[in-house]
Amino acid sequence: MTAGIAARAVETRFSPERVWAMLLRYLYILRSSWPRTLELLYWPTLQMLIWGFMSQFFYQNSSYVARAFGVLLAAVMLWDTLFRSQLGLSMSFLEEMWSRNLGHLFVTPLRPYEWVISLLAMSVIRVMIGVVPAALLAIPLYHYSIFDMGLPLVAFFAVLMAMGWALGLAICGLIMRHGMGAESLAWTVIFALAPLSCVYYPVTTLPGWLQPVAWAFPQTYVFEGMRAVLFDEAFRVDYFFAAVALDLVYLALGTVIFFVSFRDARRRGALLQMGE
Amino acid sequence: MRHIEAVPEPANEPTPKPTAEPVIVVDNLVKRYPSAIAVDGIGFTVDRGVTAALLGGNGAGKTTTLAILLGLLLPSSGAVRVFGEDVLRHRYRVLPRMNFSSPYVDLPQRLTVRQNLSIYARLYRLRDRDARIDRLARELQIDAFLDRPSGKLSSGQKTRVALAKALLNEPELLLLDEPTASLDPDTGDWVRSYLEDYRARTGATILLASHNMGEVERLCTQVLMMKSGHIVDRGSPDELIGRYGRTNLEEVFLHIARAQPPALEPVS
Repeated sequence: MTAGIAARAVETRFSPERVWAMLLRYLYILRSSWPRTLELLYWPTLQMLIWGFMSQFFYQNSSYVARAFGVLLAAVMLWDTLFRSQLGLSMSFLEEMWSRNLGHLFVTPLRPYEWVISLLAMSVIRVMIGVVPAALLAIPLYHYSIFDMGLPLVAFFAVLMAMGWALGLAICGLIMRHGMGAESLAWTVIFALAPLSCVYYPVTTLPGWLQPVAWAFPQTYVFEGMRAVLFDEAFRVDYFFAAVALDLVYLALGTVIFFVSFRDARRRGALLQMGE
Repeated sequence: MRHIEAVPEPANEPTPKPTAEPVIVVDNLVKRYPSAIAVDGIGFTVDRGVTAALLGGNGAGKTTTLAILLGLLLPSSGAVRVFGEDVLRHRYRVLPRMNFSSPYVDLPQRLTVRQNLSIYARLYRLRDRDARIDRLARELQIDAFLDRPSGKLSSGQKTRVALAKALLNEPELLLLDEPTASLDPDTGDWVRSYLEDYRARTGATILLASHNMGEVERLCTQVLMMKSGHIVDRGSPDELIGRYGRTNLEEVFLHIARAQPPALEPVS
């Protein structure tokens, strides 16, 4: 008798089964700790509650919010989509760092890009768990449904998810490059972008010299586009295509940073050592 | 004393093609870091069905060599062929045929043993995953805690689970980094018996890194003595013991470890 029951055929192709295996792994991890699952729901719901009550107040006292009640609520939920998309990807990546497990994973036939696809899928799942219940809760509480935006909401969601992935990939790359000392990037980088993303105010609020910088981020087009939908009932196609183009640039950049860092980790032997 | 349960293999398994080429061929391998040279021009071969050991003290280059063989670490120069394939260029052709276990690389602690094994079985795209896991669980006597979180196991249990992970794809080449480190003598002996049985049963090739001399004497027919990134001597345990006029491999190890640098030029 001889050894060998694994796929003996030459294994060079993409395998959805391996992507599913990794996704299953992150779902097991998520399921194994109810506080972590609760935390996914907790922050978006809390944010929605705070901004919902503020909106109710401003609705009666501010001409800006009076023009469209949901403008702040929609902004907070879309911002959370961007934040959760990036964090969802980074957290699944960090689970591997915390469990010091890359040395096991990458002696299997798992390709780095298959791993990345599972991280992206997990990011979608985490966003859905966090943001959808908060959006649904806003309907009975404030009689506001973000889903009334219709198809533009799908476009906004896609653009924000992609930008979250780009940021997440870049952050994971930096953690691979600099070790767990860079772990806090997963929570902090996104907030540095918040003032420039013009989530709650128009770009024209920023000083003139800062406005071109704000327009360099796809999420800025989403939030301006959202206000156009809510105030003027118009979907700005030009904003959408500009955001998609910028998404592609940032996704390419994030992907390059991730894979260059991964290769660098192999060169430095970090795949065996990386962890807490 | 525990015993190893021999479980019949499925009858329809493919057999690897017979080949005269060694399973592992390493040629002039160098791994250089900015501040140190971990492996300095080593070369060796390991034939099919052999249990070989990389033996040396801390920092000798054993784990570095294993990591390069696995493709986890890129060398600075040199060539590595496994099953006739260039590992640096075609690692995905050989990874399904090999596996690795180390007490220093954990499985996710919050997942149960079964969940962990199931995920790795999927990564190797195994058919009959559940049957394979159940069979390995019986053989390695981990069936009692298959549904326990991996983080709640003792060192001995973790080692057996790690071995189960490493044997899921029934590898033709098994790389082990200190397979019995931190185990009590009984569990260590049991693991060594299992490895002997596995090799005899399957004809697999095993390369282990160790500084447990008794383990190496018992398991290995080929020993590569490493020091400071060099292979300073090689041979069977008996050959090495005879060459140095010692009574066991530990004395040989100490002789080499305490030798002055001029006596430690690589053996050609």
